[in-house]
Amino acid sequence: MNHYETVFILNPVLSEEQIKETVKKYEDFLVSKGAKMIAKENWGLKKLAYPIQNKKSGFYHLFEYTVDGEAIGPLEVEFRRDERFMRYLTVKLDKHAIAWAERRREKLKQKA
Amino acid sequence: MSSIEQQAKGKKDGEIRYLTPLNIETTKAKKYCRFKRSGIKYIDYKDPDFLLSFVNEQGKLLPRRLTGTSLKYQRKVAVAVKRARHLALMPYVTDLLK
Repeated sequence: MNHYETVFILNPVLSEEQIKETVKKYEDFLVSKGAKMIAKENWGLKKLAYPIQNKKSGFYHLFEYTVDGEAIGPLEVEFRRDERFMRYLTVKLDKHAIAWAERRREKLKQKA
Repeated sequence: MSSIEQQAKGKKDGEIRYLTPLNIETTKAKKYCRFKRSGIKYIDYKDPDFLLSFVNEQGKLLPRRLTGTSLKYQRKVAVAVKRARHLALMPYVTDLLK
C-alpha cells in the first residue's frame, strides 16, 4: 500500500449535482480497488492560470488515499476517458510529504 | 611609454590621493538555502504563492545562483513548479507576473 494524492480539475459548465456525482463515482471506484480514503478537499471554482479547452476556470478537487500501486493505472484511464475531467495529477507521497499533508489538514481544520 | 613620474605629473591639480585605501564594504551577505535553514523538507506544489518567489516575471525558474537554494532543494522546487504549471495553478508563459 502506497500513499497517494490526486488533484483533478472538473469542467466548470457542470452543475453542482453533476460534480458531486462525479466525485462520488471516483471515490467509490477507489474504494472498490481497496483504497482507504484519508482526506477529500473541495477547493471550489478556481480561476486557471491559462485556458484549458477554452475554459478559464474549473472545479478543483483533491483526494488523499492509500492504495496498491496497481489501482492507479485503471484510475487514470478512467480519468482520461471521462470528458468532465480537464486535468488530473496523481502524486505518490513520501514520508516528508505525508507529514506536510497532515500539518496542512490541521491548518485547514483550524481555519474552518 | 610613460613612467611613474610622468603619470604623477600628468595628474590634475586638486585630485586627492589616499595613503590608506578607503574602507569600502566589498563582502556581500552570504546567500543561504532557506529550506536548509528553516528545515523545510517538502515543497508543496499546491501553494503557488510560495512558489512565486522562485520564478521571474515571465514565470521562468530562477537559477540557484540568484535564490541561493541548495542543489537538493532546487530540484524539488523545479518539480513543484512544473506540477503547479500542469494543474494551471501557475502559468507556463506570461508577462508581468509580479
